[in-house]
Amino acid sequence: MTGAAMIEVRDLTVTFGPRGKPTPAVEGVSFQVGAGEAFGLVGESGSGKTTVLRALAGLIPAWRGRIAIAGQDRNTRNVNGLARTLQMVFQDPYGSLHPRHTVDWALMEPLAIHGFDGTARRVARALSDVGLGPAFRFRYPHQLSGGQRQRVAIARALILEPRILLLDEPTSALDVSVQAEILNLLSDLKRARGLTYVLVSHDLAVVAHVCERLAVVTEGRIVEEMTAAQLRAGEARHPYTRQLLESRRGYSRPATASAGTGAD
Amino acid sequence: MTGRSMTGRSMTPVPPARPPVAPLLAVEDLHVRFPGPGGAVEAVRGVSFTLKREKLGIVGESGSGKSTLGRAILRLVPPPGEVRAKRLELLGTELSDLSEEEMREFRGRHVSMILQDPGFSLNPVMTVGAQIAEAWQTHTGHSWKKSRRRVLAMLQAVRIRDPERVFDAYAHELSGGMSQRAMIAMMLITEPDLLIADEPTSALDVTVQTQVLAILDELVSRRGMGLIFISHDLGLVASFCDRVLVMYGGRIIESCPAAELDNATHPYTRGLLAAQPTLERAGGRLPVMERDPAWLAEADTGPGR
Repeated sequence: MTGAAMIEVRDLTVTFGPRGKPTPAVEGVSFQVGAGEAFGLVGESGSGKTTVLRALAGLIPAWRGRIAIAGQDRNTRNVNGLARTLQMVFQDPYGSLHPRHTVDWALMEPLAIHGFDGTARRVARALSDVGLGPAFRFRYPHQLSGGQRQRVAIARALILEPRILLLDEPTSALDVSVQAEILNLLSDLKRARGLTYVLVSHDLAVVAHVCERLAVVTEGRIVEEMTAAQLRAGEARHPYTRQLLESRRGYSRPATASAGTGAD
Repeated sequence: MTGRSMTGRSMTPVPPARPPVAPLLAVEDLHVRFPGPGGAVEAVRGVSFTLKREKLGIVGESGSGKSTLGRAILRLVPPPGEVRAKRLELLGTELSDLSEEEMREFRGRHVSMILQDPGFSLNPVMTVGAQIAEAWQTHTGHSWKKSRRRVLAMLQAVRIRDPERVFDAYAHELSGGMSQRAMIAMMLITEPDLLIADEPTSALDVTVQTQVLAILDELVSRRGMGLIFISHDLGLVASFCDRVLVMYGGRIIESCPAAELDNATHPYTRGLLAAQPTLERAGGRLPVMERDPAWLAEADTGPGR
């Protein structure tokens, strides 16, 4: 932790489904993220990690517990002003940009809504900040590669100058070489602007690369919290974390191959 | 990545079903082009390789032509795509010579393909069991009753715990891992000689991924099936496959035994290996690949375009 808590989550519980048959997606999740810190949530699909992120972003209509952002308590009804503090980058850059809006439109819209001045200058700077030239300004998403789209999505998230960036699997739809570029970009932006990140990913290595601290989420609960250095040093204790680490070593033939039954 | 222990890699030679005189699959100078208003796009540009009854990994990034190559072998490249090859031979039969009807007979029985996203490959309005039974009946003409038994056995073989339930379920009632295993059961029920798996595990969680890979591994070693494993995951391919082809810009730029992928020499392969974040290396910047235009030109085997 560096500095005061920028994000505080205590006993967050999110339940989906009908009244009679509720399905808990997140149960009693608590963590803190300091200002300028990058915090990772690691887990597999269905673990509830994205739900935590969406609750932080005010995208979930009902949750229980406490969420405080920049020292201010949030509740489920009041999301006003949140966009200026906190922005989100989504997993799929093919789905998160409007196909019939130019890059310029995508970047102008939040500025117009929040009444910013000098919009043209801001758009040009946002593009150069994410490593895209001015030539990209009037292109449509279909004229961009996956990596370029994700850069536009990051530019859009940063254009309101938020202090927090929520990153939901920002590189899982990208090729390895493009992922490296985006991860480098995220590190540069964080250092240059003192941003606070919450990064959700299924990839331990990506999280350990970007984040200083991380929590392992499974079945809606945090089972283990540690620093990236501890993870690298092999100090993970929970069996689930160890299983995730094991799978990173690639495929190894199961020692006790329970031979398939009755296929022939 | 260096120094990964290759435990459990003691490959015992499998008695082949047929004498291994000719390769299972022989591809020579395969081209796939898609004509368009701005000129033709050549997705695959002169690819040649042979496949025995082994696990062959094809790695590359999106747009490298690896999926198109898989489809071309099955003759599933949609029009107006054009496939041209000096040789495209499976089990000694030249696939380009087959009529569409003969090819349909060939597909399923001798070669089948697993696609990346099981959610889109299963029929949403047909029970899973009926779909798998259909594949089996089409190629064998067995009765419904006999098919059901066979399908249940197959579902069990892909480690589905409750085959009866899955048989009567629709695709949307199954989890991703479950549908992918159902898909694999469907593709394997006819016991094909060659299976092309296009990113079969990238939509799956790591725990399920291991199970699915174990099933494929067993089929290759036990039934002597040939497997083409298309993936973008270098680490996975290095640990799972026997041999790896690296594709870039529609060409094979490197070919090596999977266990030696770490020592690959081509700058593109080296760049891919270096660009992956690892747990061993803390933070810092990841090396970003400088793409050399010469990579597209090298290994040019003749009249490319």
